[in-house]
Amino acid sequence: MIQTENLTRRFGDILAVDRLTVSVAPGEIFGFLGPNGAGKTTTIRMLAGLIGPSSGQATVAGCRLGRDDTTLRRRIGVLTETPGLYDGLSAQANLLFFAELYGMTEPSAAVEHYLRWLGLWERRFEPAGTFSKGMRQKLAIARALLHEPQVVFLDEPTSGLDPEAAHLVRDFIAELRREGRTIFLCTHNLDEADRLCDRIGVFRQSLLALDSPAALRRQLFGRTVVIHLRAVAPTFAAAARGLDFVHQVKEVDGKLLVTLDDPEVRNPDLIRTLVAAGADVQFVGELRQTLEDVYLHLVNAKEKPA
Amino acid sequence: MKAVWVIVRKEWREVFRNRMVIFTVAFLPLVLTAIPIGILASTRGGGGAGDFSTMDLPSGFERLCGGLTGTACAQYALVSQFMLLFMMIPLMIPVTIASYSIVGEKITRTLEPLLATPISTLQLLSGKALAAVLPAVAATWGGFAIFAFAARFVVVGPEVVARLADPLWLLAIFVVGPLLALASVSAAVMVSSRSTDPRAAEQVAMVVIVPLLGLFFGQIAGLIFLNARLVAWMAAGLAVIDIGLLAFAVGLFQREAILTRWR
Repeated sequence: MIQTENLTRRFGDILAVDRLTVSVAPGEIFGFLGPNGAGKTTTIRMLAGLIGPSSGQATVAGCRLGRDDTTLRRRIGVLTETPGLYDGLSAQANLLFFAELYGMTEPSAAVEHYLRWLGLWERRFEPAGTFSKGMRQKLAIARALLHEPQVVFLDEPTSGLDPEAAHLVRDFIAELRREGRTIFLCTHNLDEADRLCDRIGVFRQSLLALDSPAALRRQLFGRTVVIHLRAVAPTFAAAARGLDFVHQVKEVDGKLLVTLDDPEVRNPDLIRTLVAAGADVQFVGELRQTLEDVYLHLVNAKEKPA
Repeated sequence: MKAVWVIVRKEWREVFRNRMVIFTVAFLPLVLTAIPIGILASTRGGGGAGDFSTMDLPSGFERLCGGLTGTACAQYALVSQFMLLFMMIPLMIPVTIASYSIVGEKITRTLEPLLATPISTLQLLSGKALAAVLPAVAATWGGFAIFAFAARFVVVGPEVVARLADPLWLLAIFVVGPLLALASVSAAVMVSSRSTDPRAAEQVAMVVIVPLLGLFFGQIAGLIFLNARLVAWMAAGLAVIDIGLLAFAVGLFQREAILTRWR
């Protein structure tokens, strides 16, 4: 649904996006992560046909960038970084305006549907300028979806929302996936990306990594088993290190952290070895690296290449 | 075309909530219409025909007045001086509306979502321009209609009212007025593209009124004499200027420039 090939954008001497090559499948939620100023918004603007690339090419929703951007914009929905609502107009008038610009045949029905879904129907006649940040964000999301786009670009959809509103928006995004829409999600909320995204791309001017969150964790950190012991002795760590499938053993707060391949297969051997060395094993679990660990690892590595 | 009207309707709903805009659109034409009516009324009260002689008037008016009596010619001369007031209406109103409309989009950051819709830049710009030009033209024509109606009761004779339908006035109100409004919108678009404060944009764009003020004072001082030929030349010149200004304004209104440079 989205395919880019060496997509590059320069602003004078500044390289904002460098040879981005990525492919997003229909119905996929693709998380686009990166620090502020990494070029995420520029990328969305290019993919939404709002600004042109300096070089490279992309196809979005069947439209080649720069060839028929009007059709492209009809097929996509964009939630911009800021809600960008007409404060003097009511919630309903805001949405009706955009529904009519998209040439919808029954704009009122679509507006009612989304206002009800997002819990704004009762306040539809109130000016958007009187809404809370969360309500404004919900209204902006409704605006991006009114015309039932195939591809939705969401730039920080839960930014500034309270936990309840953020939860509602996340449910909403999950619902969009169930409907088969393709979602390109820019977010700083790594937990959100972890929960929602099928794949993520960590980006800083160029793509640093691209895979599912779980695969990225595996690639970067391997899999680590946490073994809680009644008491720790140096001999236990040494025994674990003696196993050829073990990559690393650390002792932390009375626990052994063992990084190894294929724990489902190797754990019984590991536990037997530790028990044979005299260890009293209380619990065994897997250490879950967070997406934040992955993100910081990648971004910091780019910052300090040496 | 439908998209253009969608934008026009939205613009009107939005900008006419602003008291400054309402004041400019409603109050300004009323004042500029009331001034010549009041002056005509005051000259009528002075006496009957013969109070003025065409000899008292600038030389050009003798030719312009044709068969009018002295006072009728004096009234027509006065009215002609104030014709330029009617031309200020289409200059001032669009500047106010367009400044609030375009800079308002920048302030509220609504341009990006708007540009993300399938509308073309031409549709967007046409919608914004029409939203500013139409009220100005309507106010000008409305003001002129009120003036033409009220003039019947304050001029010395119907022959002066009849002169309000001569080519000079028709050209000025129905051709030059809309052309001035277009020039005004173009100026507002250009200034707004470099401004983040609608009032500042409005004040700078008001520079377009300076040439007209020059004409106004030039005429009062007897240096310039407005006649149908001069107004026709004004119309032709304005048409050329409008094309240039519009092309320049459209050039500034590029999507990419708007998104990446408008701050």
